[in-house]
Amino acid sequence: MAHLKTFQELFRRHRHPGDLVFAIVFLAFSIFLLTQIYGETSWVKRTKWFAQPRFWPAASLIFMTLFALLHFIGSVCSPRMLGRWFEVLFWLRSLEFVLYFLLYVAVVPLLGYLPSTVLFTCFLTVRVGLASPRFIAFASLFAVCVAVIFRAFLQVKIPAGQIYEALPDPLKAFALTYL
Amino acid sequence: METVLSSISILAQWQVLVALLLGSIGGVIIGALPGVGAAVAIAILLPATFAFEPIVGLTLMLGVYGSSMYGGAIPAILINTPGTAVNALTTYDGYPMTKRGEGHRALSLAYSASFFGGIFSVVCLILLSPLLAMIAPHFGSREIFLAALLGIILVVLAHRGQVFAAGMLASFGIFLSTIGLEPVKYTKRFTFDMTWLTSGINLIVVVLGLFAISQALLLLVDKDHKPGKAHVDGNLFSGLSELFRFKRIASVSSSLGVLMGMIPGVGEFTAQFLSYTYAQKTSKTPDDFGNGSPEGLVASEAANNAVPGAAMIPLLALGIPGEALTAMMLSVFYVHNVIPGPQLFQGQLDFVIAIYIALIMLNVIVLAFLLSSTNLLLKIIQIPTRFLGVMILTLSFVGVYSLRNSITDCAIASAFGVFGLILKRLNLPIVPIILGMVLGGIMEVKLRSAMARVKSPLDFVDRPIAAILFAMILLILVLHVRTVIREQKEKREQEMSGSTETST
Repeated sequence: MAHLKTFQELFRRHRHPGDLVFAIVFLAFSIFLLTQIYGETSWVKRTKWFAQPRFWPAASLIFMTLFALLHFIGSVCSPRMLGRWFEVLFWLRSLEFVLYFLLYVAVVPLLGYLPSTVLFTCFLTVRVGLASPRFIAFASLFAVCVAVIFRAFLQVKIPAGQIYEALPDPLKAFALTYL
Repeated sequence: METVLSSISILAQWQVLVALLLGSIGGVIIGALPGVGAAVAIAILLPATFAFEPIVGLTLMLGVYGSSMYGGAIPAILINTPGTAVNALTTYDGYPMTKRGEGHRALSLAYSASFFGGIFSVVCLILLSPLLAMIAPHFGSREIFLAALLGIILVVLAHRGQVFAAGMLASFGIFLSTIGLEPVKYTKRFTFDMTWLTSGINLIVVVLGLFAISQALLLLVDKDHKPGKAHVDGNLFSGLSELFRFKRIASVSSSLGVLMGMIPGVGEFTAQFLSYTYAQKTSKTPDDFGNGSPEGLVASEAANNAVPGAAMIPLLALGIPGEALTAMMLSVFYVHNVIPGPQLFQGQLDFVIAIYIALIMLNVIVLAFLLSSTNLLLKIIQIPTRFLGVMILTLSFVGVYSLRNSITDCAIASAFGVFGLILKRLNLPIVPIILGMVLGGIMEVKLRSAMARVKSPLDFVDRPIAAILFAMILLILVLHVRTVIREQKEKREQEMSGSTETST
């Protein structure tokens, strides 16, 4: 019993809500990757151990699994704080914004950088509860500044929108280059 | 002298000066915005600088890197909200001074101490250069491997109370660096037969996801927070002369900042803690610490601003980053085809000196800007945090998409964004992943070339620097184990005495 208590004390740490869920998922992920080592890496004949393609993934995964296991034990031994599923819900809520971001990424080559950025910033501003005309104006101004600075001045590699092809010739050339 | 003139000619271009100006001022503003920070800004701006000349891109990034901590002191002192995490200690004495009506004095002292720390570290960097130029060529593959290994071990052990998590995440970073086509035998590693994984996971995509997108998601999902209003009146120049009263604390704190900055994985927090403790122990008024002590403020600000310059020492001399920001700076160097390491000092000394001069210039620009524009900055930081989240997410798109115009990159960055959000919510460290990715790649290449030249494993440490590094690794591990055992023993003794008192 005394040994068990010492063991618990050694691993005890401050634990946030959701810590155990993360520790379990990460340990499972590490074990899964470690089980794939034979199929996903190769052992080359007549090559020494330090030059083997399998050496570094194996070393990193062994340490990752070992530390993940110790982290998991630490989580189990530490006093629990309430709000685990509330915390997991918080993580999942972020996926909504990831979805908007990926939609924005998909729309840029179609609508063009400037129009998509204006739409994206205005939509997000309204979505997060800042629907006043002042904030929508700020969001539009910010989007215009970002598009002009990065695409027109810094010439950052972002494709022109397909929609620009429909514009009249003089405007089309300008839009394709700068917007 | 010829080298210095050559360095000045490298810097004497309008594009470089504009980049330095924009980087320095931008860095201060970014540092002053709670919830943004230099890491987010560097991650976003990095791909945008691809088209620039190396020195222009590098000075822009150096500006942001070196100046963000200056800005972080403003909200820390005036509204009790640190702009960057390293300014948390500044709130201890800065905010009580503001409450006493000494806000302008606190700010002025913080700016002066930061300036002193910044310049002190650059001077140390310059003075150490000849030594570095002498030692750096003796670093062969095995020494660089051992130094990188030491860096990983220090990063893991520096996260006290989270060593297992840091080890797990550093190993994850090393694993990430191995994904894709192996560079010597050209075999696939962990691609799961997916073509998009063949070229590996891009470091910049991971950095953008873990730092920028995660921060944006955190600000968007979390409750909205608008920093309080503040205004500062009075002479901000007074701190420059007042700092002379605290010259001992400023010098010792800056020295600790330089020392801690040079050691990989240690960084600002340890430097601040040590200098604050030193200042308190040697002060005539130790009880004032935490209640508005100017000495505490000077110790904290001088130490944290001495770190960026010092952290450039292992980066420039050995190509080994000590923390997340220098790991990002390493990618900035690589992107611009400048390879830090021994050969940089031998072949491009004028470029190295140009970086030193740029660092001095940025400290002067930042001080001048802060002394004249503090009230303007206080208006800028009024932005609601959710709107900041919108801004960061929008800018993250530029960072990720402009790399290769790849939707897959954006999806990977988003996945790392969610992962980063989880780590931030659980208060788990992100830095080990980035350092694992950077140092893992270095270790794989260097071990391979070093082992090919040795007959037995013992030959690996038969050169003096390799032997010293190996001894340091062993010593650090032994000391860590000893500390853990001692802490456990003390804890047990405390509990025993507590239970004895209760029973009596």
